[in-house]
Amino acid sequence: MTETSTTFPTQDAPAFPSDRTCPYGLPETYARLRDSQDALRPVTLFDGRTAWVVTKHEAARRLLADPRLSSNRNRPGFPLTSPRLDGLRDRRPAFISMDPPEHGPRRRMTISEFTVKRIKGMRPDIERIVHGFLDEMLAAGPPADLVSRFALPVPSMVICQLLGVPYADHDFFQDASRRLVQSTDAAEASGARDDLERYMDGLITTLESEPGPGLLGALVTRQLADGAIDRDELISNALLLLVAGHETTASMTSLSVITLLEHPEQHAALRADPSLIPGAVEELLRYLAIADIAGARFATADIEIDGQVIRAGEGVIVVHSIANRDAGVFENPDTFDIHRSARHHLSFGYGVHQCLGQNLARLELEIILTALFERIPTLRLATPVERLTLRPGSTIQGVNELPVTW
Amino acid sequence: MHVTADRDVCVGAGMCALTAPGVFDQDDDGLVTVLTSGIAEDSRDAVREAGMLCPSGALRVTE
Repeated sequence: MTETSTTFPTQDAPAFPSDRTCPYGLPETYARLRDSQDALRPVTLFDGRTAWVVTKHEAARRLLADPRLSSNRNRPGFPLTSPRLDGLRDRRPAFISMDPPEHGPRRRMTISEFTVKRIKGMRPDIERIVHGFLDEMLAAGPPADLVSRFALPVPSMVICQLLGVPYADHDFFQDASRRLVQSTDAAEASGARDDLERYMDGLITTLESEPGPGLLGALVTRQLADGAIDRDELISNALLLLVAGHETTASMTSLSVITLLEHPEQHAALRADPSLIPGAVEELLRYLAIADIAGARFATADIEIDGQVIRAGEGVIVVHSIANRDAGVFENPDTFDIHRSARHHLSFGYGVHQCLGQNLARLELEIILTALFERIPTLRLATPVERLTLRPGSTIQGVNELPVTW
Repeated sequence: MHVTADRDVCVGAGMCALTAPGVFDQDDDGLVTVLTSGIAEDSRDAVREAGMLCPSGALRVTE
């Protein structure tokens, strides 16, 4: 019997996304994509469609800044990385899903609240929130679930304060956000979105009769009242900020703790010299890339890149963890090294959609890591890292529970 | 070294103000402002890095 024919690697379009088997490790499929000579490699999505994954950092930057790539998720043919996204089609787009020239004016309504100066001014409030939840966790005693006790409530309370959303409603919106970003089917995601839209609609109604604090209060008083934005769009933008504001930093917190505890020498260096924290935060952002597949785009024209061509109508996905581990840009990219210069990672994306809350995330993580290891120097995992349940590759990377003790 | 900032292109990510705070700032609307036209020798590396990190292409740094 003759050998069965082999599939040439050039025709190999592996299933995408893949699940991590280590909280901070690249899945095997991604490592193979990363190591390809080609800047673009085809992958197969859950619905059987193919899309291009960008395997090089420089090509990723160029493509994310290319106006021929659209972020409009409602376009037919936009690459969907999970069935849940099918359940979120045809909703009123938030500005993250808009292209220029519509995108700019919408994003600009919010950026004044996220400037470096405004965020720095939040430091005392964030420190108070961080220490408040640490006080409670320490009072309850070990062991504890770091996610529900600390990693999730801290950014949740911070974004509530920034937006002017009542934290008293946290049980509802934390649960609904989790269903929105983690559901594996379209109907559940759609239901979570309905619940969140109803909640935000009610909040806006209240703010219309009783002006309130925070960005949401300002948007209702200024932009909605002036007709600069309509109600459905305001609901979409407010939900974007609320959901993105806590699930992401919560995941970064949990995975950062795991990564540092698993690299005790670097953890010790950090505790000995807190001036290393900002650099360590950048390296954690590079290494963990929690919003790993947020860089999905749709080509509106043919685009040539490094000798390959993306045809109009094709999908392109910048995978942050792959771009962040390009050996041509980051030496020994699979090594966690808090001393490296990691600032040009793509974990916040690039181009006009680069993360609006990135400086808030940086400050939160600096304060969180400083306080956590200062207050609980003996912190350790209560479950071995290889037994932790990791979220699938189709959503924000992280863990839903992190048992710790001290 | 010469720096220009296109406020029509800026998306307020704040990378410039974070990277070279003596040279760049964000106004009350969150948009980039250039604080000084004379860039000191010891700020030049930071300004180059800010130019490289700017996600929107608003910054132009010429030597």
